[in-house]
Amino acid sequence: MKKYIIDFEIVDNRKVHSLYSLLILKPINAQLPEEILPGQFVEVAVQDSPTTFLRRPISVNFVDREAGTLWLLVRRAGDGTASMMAKQPGEKLNLVLPLGNGFTMPKEGERCLLIGGGVGVAPMLYFGAEMKRCGIMPEFLLGARSEADLLQIEDFKALGTVHVSTDDGSAGEQGVVTTNSALTQKWDRLYCCGPLPMMKAVARVARQIGADCEVSLENMMACGLGACLCCVEPTVKGNVCVCTDGPVFNINQLTWQD
Amino acid sequence: MARLNVNIGSLELKNPVLTASGTFGYGEEFADFIDLNRLGGFIVKGTTLNPREGNPYPRMAETPSGMLNAVGLQNKGVDYFIEHIYPRIKDLDTNIMVNVSGACPDDYAEVCRRLAPLDRIAAVEINISCPNVKQGGMAFGTTCAGAAEVTKAVRRAYPGNVIVKLSPNVTDVTEIARAVEAEGADSVSLINTLLGMAIDVERRRPYLSTVTGGLSGPAVKPVAVRMVWQVAKAVKIPVIGLGGIMNGHDALEFIMAGATAVEVGTANFIDPAVTVKIIDEINDYCNRHNIDDINSLRGII
Repeated sequence: MKKYIIDFEIVDNRKVHSLYSLLILKPINAQLPEEILPGQFVEVAVQDSPTTFLRRPISVNFVDREAGTLWLLVRRAGDGTASMMAKQPGEKLNLVLPLGNGFTMPKEGERCLLIGGGVGVAPMLYFGAEMKRCGIMPEFLLGARSEADLLQIEDFKALGTVHVSTDDGSAGEQGVVTTNSALTQKWDRLYCCGPLPMMKAVARVARQIGADCEVSLENMMACGLGACLCCVEPTVKGNVCVCTDGPVFNINQLTWQD
Repeated sequence: MARLNVNIGSLELKNPVLTASGTFGYGEEFADFIDLNRLGGFIVKGTTLNPREGNPYPRMAETPSGMLNAVGLQNKGVDYFIEHIYPRIKDLDTNIMVNVSGACPDDYAEVCRRLAPLDRIAAVEINISCPNVKQGGMAFGTTCAGAAEVTKAVRRAYPGNVIVKLSPNVTDVTEIARAVEAEGADSVSLINTLLGMAIDVERRRPYLSTVTGGLSGPAVKPVAVRMVWQVAKAVKIPVIGLGGIMNGHDALEFIMAGATAVEVGTANFIDPAVTVKIIDEINDYCNRHNIDDINSLRGII
């Protein structure tokens, strides 16, 4: 799939949470790439942070084809993401995109649960929307500390059934996603993006219930293009680049035994 | 349009801009962003006799104006390169060079022997300066005897153009440069990465799985320019300069310090199209300063 370097204008910057911004971006004098797959990511150039040198990989949160915009849900993790979140409408960001492999689209009639935790909910919105467009009803299981930390919950509800787990029980079921009663149902496929312990726990559940399972990793990257070999993950085929062979992996490819 | 052609020994480059090994994959990774044929050449990922898995993750740490890496020469081995990668890139209209590494002089020589029949490989770049492997690598590049031994073994095995890539992690880089020149190197390239280290104080552990790694990016550029200047005055063979080049001005610094050509490395990660911009910027500079031939700027300092 062809990759592009494109300047985007910030159309909107919505503070959706004290730690998160939703950036709505529109290409300047260019079109959005024709194909952007759910689960793919972009590399954002950070120009005004003296402590930041490399681009920042951010997953695609949504592609609004009608408006011609790309959504990025950004969590403040350090100076690079803080500088992106400080951008005002009208300012520019330079992106390399689309990068990585993306989730496997399920087959018609398969029951799929899209599980997201923290900023890991980001790719699930676009994935759910694309599934729905292909005639497959997505269901979501979202995890957060509390009700106030649930991100884009209305957008998810517009796409399908949403199950929620919160640590304090302020929304949905109290507990972590893997204790949510939704997981006692029959699923053909689980898709998960979130903190590593959560993804490993979901992988264990998938094995128990006999569901196919894909997870999206976020190893630290430099190039995002498969050139520097910095972001490798050990797999059954040896060390592979998360930026090109991933970020989405079937759990059977990984060496997760615990 | 200024004349940008330069010669590295027997090798003719259409312009002085090459890419540094390990930062440009096999060229293909960048084909969506630039016309690879515009480059003076590109140097493919460090290649060894047998496949290598490299070092464990984490292998990279971002640092002020640069980054540390400890990849450890992950590659699929020379036979895989010859069978699967070479056929895909061989028809490009640019100079393709292979960076070669090994644990002992015989390894280097054997890799070069297997590359020798490939008529579209313009040169080998002998990596005696990788700081991230336990055996070989930088161990050869930090003594005159080690550097000479590897160069000699390669020279016997490979009839084509040999570039020897030098380590900055030495007391006097000119001694090493003279040692490899004496053994028949056609040119030297420098600098490879500077040995560095970074600590995550919150977690109280090093960022890299290997503790130490190689520093690259603009942070190392002044050191690199100084070393290129010293080596260019110490040897008669051409010098290829690299270390933190981000734009045309940076490339010209190296050329004025005595480099015949330059390699662009870490900058490819920030802007995958940077190499062609650097070529254009060098050309613009020459036009602005009425320079008809880039060679007239070489070593003017």
